[in-house]
Amino acid sequence: MTGQAGDPTTPAAPAGTPAVADVRDQEVLLHAKAITKRFGGLVAVNSAELVVPKGSIVSLIGPNGAGKTTFFNVVAGILDPTDGEITFRGRRMVARPERAWIEPFVWFIPAVIAILVLLPLQGVLAPDNIEAQLLVATVALGVLIVSLLMGIVRPPWYDALLHHLGVFKSARPNDMAKAGIGRTFQNIRLFQNMTVLENVMVGMHVRLHSNLLDAALSTPRQAREEARARARARELLELVGLGGRDDVTARNLPYGDQRRLEIARALGAEPVLLLLDEPTAGMNPNETETTRQLIAKLRAELGLTILLIEHDMRVVMGVSDRITVLDHGECIAEGTPEEVRADPRVIEAYLGAPAA
Amino acid sequence: MSAQAAPLNGGRISRGGVRGPIGAFTSRHRSITIILGMALVTALLPLIVTLPPLSGFSAQTVWIDSFSKAGIFVLLALGLNVVVGMAGLLDLGYAAFFAIGAYTYAYGASTFTDLHVPFWILLPIGAVVAAVFGILLGAPTLRLRGDYLAIVTLGFGEIVPIVFKNASTWTNGTNGIAGIDRPLVPGMDCMPAAGQALCFGGTAPVPYYVVMAVLITLVLIVLYRLQDSRLGRSWQAIREDELAAASNGVNTVTTKLLAFALGASTAGLAGVFGASKLVFVSPDQFLFQVSFTVLAMVVLGGLGNMWGVALGAFIIYMIQNVFLKQLNNFFDGFHVPILSDIDFLQYQFLLYGVALVGMMLLRPEGLFPSRRRAAELHTSADLAGSDTEGPDPLGPEGRGDEA
Repeated sequence: MTGQAGDPTTPAAPAGTPAVADVRDQEVLLHAKAITKRFGGLVAVNSAELVVPKGSIVSLIGPNGAGKTTFFNVVAGILDPTDGEITFRGRRMVARPERAWIEPFVWFIPAVIAILVLLPLQGVLAPDNIEAQLLVATVALGVLIVSLLMGIVRPPWYDALLHHLGVFKSARPNDMAKAGIGRTFQNIRLFQNMTVLENVMVGMHVRLHSNLLDAALSTPRQAREEARARARARELLELVGLGGRDDVTARNLPYGDQRRLEIARALGAEPVLLLLDEPTAGMNPNETETTRQLIAKLRAELGLTILLIEHDMRVVMGVSDRITVLDHGECIAEGTPEEVRADPRVIEAYLGAPAA
Repeated sequence: MSAQAAPLNGGRISRGGVRGPIGAFTSRHRSITIILGMALVTALLPLIVTLPPLSGFSAQTVWIDSFSKAGIFVLLALGLNVVVGMAGLLDLGYAAFFAIGAYTYAYGASTFTDLHVPFWILLPIGAVVAAVFGILLGAPTLRLRGDYLAIVTLGFGEIVPIVFKNASTWTNGTNGIAGIDRPLVPGMDCMPAAGQALCFGGTAPVPYYVVMAVLITLVLIVLYRLQDSRLGRSWQAIREDELAAASNGVNTVTTKLLAFALGASTAGLAGVFGASKLVFVSPDQFLFQVSFTVLAMVVLGGLGNMWGVALGAFIIYMIQNVFLKQLNNFFDGFHVPILSDIDFLQYQFLLYGVALVGMMLLRPEGLFPSRRRAAELHTSADLAGSDTEGPDPLGPEGRGDEA
């Protein structure tokens, strides 16, 4: 049993695998370079290094308190790292903010100009005219409001402008989803009171484009998109094994199904990379085995790349192509399951140092 | 796991509500249903009040007049329901947007500024102006949740009337702006003959009543469509779990701002209508009581369920402004020693308090709850027990922090 689970080729045997192996050598999908995260004096992650090649399943393991979740949250764009950066498909996604002081000027200066130019103009035009005053005040206020809003809403052109000025801000979690990184949570975070189908449809949010007007006017485009989204959501539910339970409220699903629904929801955004935070936590052996098969299936059928944090060694050893081991915030080993299993430092981290 | 024990069909939420052919029709053609329903209600209400018990209270025109005033609160409640019920953002300063809509109309169509823009043009403008202010309020408060958001919105709700009161050169201060235009029917000369049936006037409430019914119908249609759209789903997702929503690609910033903007624009509509109906605006019309009343209407009516909220607002307005007055007359007529001395209008907030406490104890999901929310409150109370310590009247905003 153990021997079988430990063989990395067993679960990944389906037809897609050889091709995947070729791609792996060519393209690095996600690269975490020297990530350090300090909370005050505590160094939670210390220049950790992680490479996720395209099409592979990479696991991140380590004893409790090793900094896995912190590291994971940095990768998912929830925490800014103290140092280091994360690139995804060659694009820098997460790093410490750079030249952030420029940003206020971007929205502040147009407002200042509006006020400085318009106020004298008003004096020239009509000093006693209350309507002219109102107009000037409104325009100046309007410019201030609009520029302020740009800073909050951050539309693409605004981000492009900032990028041009050398400002760097980490991608927000929703940008990550848009870029193609999906994730699940260690403690299930479903939308408990929404139905199974609705959960997946929220997951598809970034791939749907109907806006406020489409919805309000109920345009054909909106109707078509909704119908397509519903069909796609059903497909995804079928894929994770929740077919035909569309209208069940998420909170009423059994535990294992809730975890699978979370995966289906993450798949809704058509991710390239899926981050799974302890997908088998709290599962019984049966559910664990189903999940292990599901993970292998996701790669085989959808060509997904998967980064996994996991405690269950059978899952980790059975499904991973490569494993990175964290301990006390540092990477102590990296390699294939066999290499990691044999690594004395890993054994020491998990079992303690041999008596001298 | 308690969730496992729940029967599966207990968790089902049928789309149409009522099953059977009528349910199927209403869920497939919801907009038509709303139009038919509203038309029916609009036609029946003036007839009902001519029947014996109600006809004794006051004349039909007085009833119709109070119906259209009640409609203002129905609109307000529908708008606040977007912010509080759908997106789960507790807004205690909602009257501010009502005020902004009203003052927009007062500026656009009165002798105060000597502008006389038609009502029909100012109606959407008032909504847009209020929406801008909604975004303006929403923007700095985006990171706040629950109590903190409530406090900031409360502050905003106080600031707006105070500004209107103190910026007296611009707003005529406490005296308010009088001489506001009534709406005109395009292509009709209403000035000489104010008694014409189609003209808006103080003694001719029917046009206001019809316009209000149309406004409510439109708002209901739009909001129902939004609720079932991508946007409505993201509102609910944010209400349930903000981090999970963000990680699934929902832009929480714009989504929340849209909730504020839509809620505010509905209040803006109500404000424009209200100003054109009263022909007068003053800061005292938009005090905290209004925000509170509307919130109470939303909660009592059934947070999250639009029909419930609308009906709740209507009923509460009628109780507060019509029934309590009638109660005074009623007891005066009977010459009951103590009861005829009581001015029931003075006790309306006491009655509110009693009603709210009673509701929270007996029926926390409101009079006409959405199935979903009823399930939320009841399964958590009945099954999980310790999960939520007593049903929270303003449930959603606390929930995000739980996990």
